[in-house]
Amino acid sequence: MALKIKKGAEPAVAIDMTPMIDIVFQLLSFFIFTLKITTQEGDFNITMPLAAPRAGTPDPNQVPPIKIRLKATTDGSCGGIILNPNDDGTGGTAFGTNGWKQLRTHIASMVGTGSQAASAEVTIDADYNLDYENVIKCITHVSGEKDAAGHITKMVEKIKFAPPRPPGG
Amino acid sequence: MKIKQCQGAKIEIDMTPMIDICFQLLTFFVFILSFEGADQDARIMLPASELAKPPEKPEETPITLQVTKDGHILAGGQEFPTPESAKSLLNAEKTVLEQRGKSVADANIIIRAHKDAKTGDVQKLIKTAQEVQFVRFSLRAKDKE
Repeated sequence: MALKIKKGAEPAVAIDMTPMIDIVFQLLSFFIFTLKITTQEGDFNITMPLAAPRAGTPDPNQVPPIKIRLKATTDGSCGGIILNPNDDGTGGTAFGTNGWKQLRTHIASMVGTGSQAASAEVTIDADYNLDYENVIKCITHVSGEKDAAGHITKMVEKIKFAPPRPPGG
Repeated sequence: MKIKQCQGAKIEIDMTPMIDICFQLLTFFVFILSFEGADQDARIMLPASELAKPPEKPEETPITLQVTKDGHILAGGQEFPTPESAKSLLNAEKTVLEQRGKSVADANIIIRAHKDAKTGDVQKLIKTAQEVQFVRFSLRAKDKE
């Protein structure tokens, strides 16, 4: 005996979309309000070895260590840039308070952009109360240059700090 | 005068395009959501640099230390009044690294200092970290563009 199943017309099921739309709007509002527009950040790597390197016969192919002295004014702005000063603070090549580009040109002429640049080492000796942005400016101008096309030419990669100077010193 | 109230016809608005747009916006915001800035503090205004480019691959063991304009150190949800006082936290980080079988030489200390912070405070912080045997440091700056 064949069983006949009647195919009845299915009633249209209306789905209530209101709760879903509510949730979607809430999520959307959350993401819009928590959105934080930030600029890209990058790092400058510095290595501060625990022990001082042993003094030995300097490699003739290596650029001698470069020291940059950054002086501060009383308000913390840059009061002078001196390249390779003597131990007593005298001598060296002085640049103006905003002579970062001259510093870059001078460093580039000393180390070039080849393998010598990779082995070159710069020590930054800054006054205690110097605004930190000046140190970043110094590192930027020493570590390379970006041309108009956005291409970066690397210079000095080994950067370190001299021991901190006393406050007000 | 009598005004007849006529029965307005029931207008059904098609919600489909609006829901589509909402989902697209939602998807966009979910994808751009980033938790990288979770350790950033509004008090820190980074110095700008044209050469500051984000690292190609994320650091395995980064330790972020922030230096405010007045020389306070912010790290691990705590605030330290001087760079030297952050030594306890750095010692704790060292212990955690050693428990994970890593050395302090593998760790990278990321310093996010305010642009007007004193350089001496940043140097003191580096010196404090050196005393706990950390040797790798990164000075963070924001992209100038």
